[in-house]
Amino acid sequence: MRGPWDWEFAWEQVPVLVQGMLITIAATLIGIIIAVVLGLFLALGRRTTIKWISIPVAGFIEFIRSTPLLIQLFFLFFALPQVDFLPRTVRVIPAFWALVIGLGVHYATYCSEAYRAGIDSVDKGQWEASVALNLKSGTTWRSVILPQAIPRTLPALGNYFVGMFKDAPLGSAIGVAGVLAEARAIGSATFRFVEPLTIAGLLFLAVSIPAAIFVRSLERRTAYESE
Amino acid sequence: MSPNSGRTGASVTMTQVEKAFGENVVLNKLDLQTDPGEVVVIIGPSGSGKTTILRVIMTLERIDEGTIQIDGHHLYHEEKNGELVAASEKHIRSVRSDISMVFQHFNLFPHMSARQNVMLAPMKVKGLGEDEADAQAQELLNKVGLGDKLDHTPSELSGGQKQRVAIARSLAMEPKVMLFDEVTSALDPELVGEVLSVLRELAASGEMTMMMVTHEMGFASEMADRVLMFDKGQILEQGPPDKIFKNPDHERTKTFLRAVLSH
Repeated sequence: MRGPWDWEFAWEQVPVLVQGMLITIAATLIGIIIAVVLGLFLALGRRTTIKWISIPVAGFIEFIRSTPLLIQLFFLFFALPQVDFLPRTVRVIPAFWALVIGLGVHYATYCSEAYRAGIDSVDKGQWEASVALNLKSGTTWRSVILPQAIPRTLPALGNYFVGMFKDAPLGSAIGVAGVLAEARAIGSATFRFVEPLTIAGLLFLAVSIPAAIFVRSLERRTAYESE
Repeated sequence: MSPNSGRTGASVTMTQVEKAFGENVVLNKLDLQTDPGEVVVIIGPSGSGKTTILRVIMTLERIDEGTIQIDGHHLYHEEKNGELVAASEKHIRSVRSDISMVFQHFNLFPHMSARQNVMLAPMKVKGLGEDEADAQAQELLNKVGLGDKLDHTPSELSGGQKQRVAIARSLAMEPKVMLFDEVTSALDPELVGEVLSVLRELAASGEMTMMMVTHEMGFASEMADRVLMFDKGQILEQGPPDKIFKNPDHERTKTFLRAVLSH
């Protein structure tokens, strides 16, 4: 009888688990892009003085933030295909893309709140100087406000990205062959769970820690002494 | 020497302007007219609304009633079928292009160098090319005595230097009307002089209309064409600096000047 940890067995599982991890990372990275871009639009939409944009956007943000990601994933993957008045290409989404969209939209709502806090932290004198120079609203946002607001949101965004990465294994619940799904499959097939789950955890650690260090260095690089 | 040469500024005409914040009436049926190129200094107790005059001309606050004209063009109104109606944002922007403002707290863009601060608006608003804007920025920063600080960021500059960059930044838009809101009030005393000497040069050039709110009475008496004593939302009295500072009509003005000059 082998003990609870078998080195040889463990090593054999690494390639499959790394493969799964790459899928998990890919889903996270694409999700981050969606979250960063959509989050900014949600933040701007919520701030606008045009009520018929700001109110629905605020409602959407609250709704997504207040419901579990797992339900959103189930909805995207299991429920949406049954909404038969939608065109098929819209409602039937492969599991991987359901995960990417779910992660991206869910975290976009969190990112939007981080952006909002960053935008609110920019001194009102910056807006007034922009008026005094007759800058257009788009220029004010792009050249004056966001370059100051976004660096201030980086710590929060970085934390959300790591959180997103740790939520990505929820994809196993809709059949995405990520690292956790692979680990569970190995366990089910061999009746050995200790090695694959331990390696899966270590792989998460191996990505999370450098990612955290990277985010920290990014913060330092974009930081400037405020006036 | 400067890109403004040959220009004479624009007239500012405020007619029956009213502005209130809630119950607090800050501008009370204000009539005020300046000539092109005139240097007008506004004095008065704090809370008297003198800063609000500048802020409504800059459109940082919108007026409740009345009209403001820049060189005869309505700022907040436009004519449609012979009637004055509330102006579109586009119209306000086009009239506002003749006006710029310098603030007490500089409001430089902290993520840009001095040069970039000056270059931004000419490139984005006037469509100047980068080389052209850069040359202009260098010339203006030279003019305010900061030719050796082109690539310094605001955090690397003293208060007086920041304010001079802010003045250069506004000059780059070649405004016909420049508004100065207590531009030396946030400075250490030893840095006030360097900013005043830049203002002195601008005032002497006559290239633009200057409206200033300031507590620098020495500067006001030396450079102003006209001094306005402002109190309770209205002009209490006005005249050449000699008259207002040496022989004011109103007791209120005398008390105010005594208080300011004694401290």
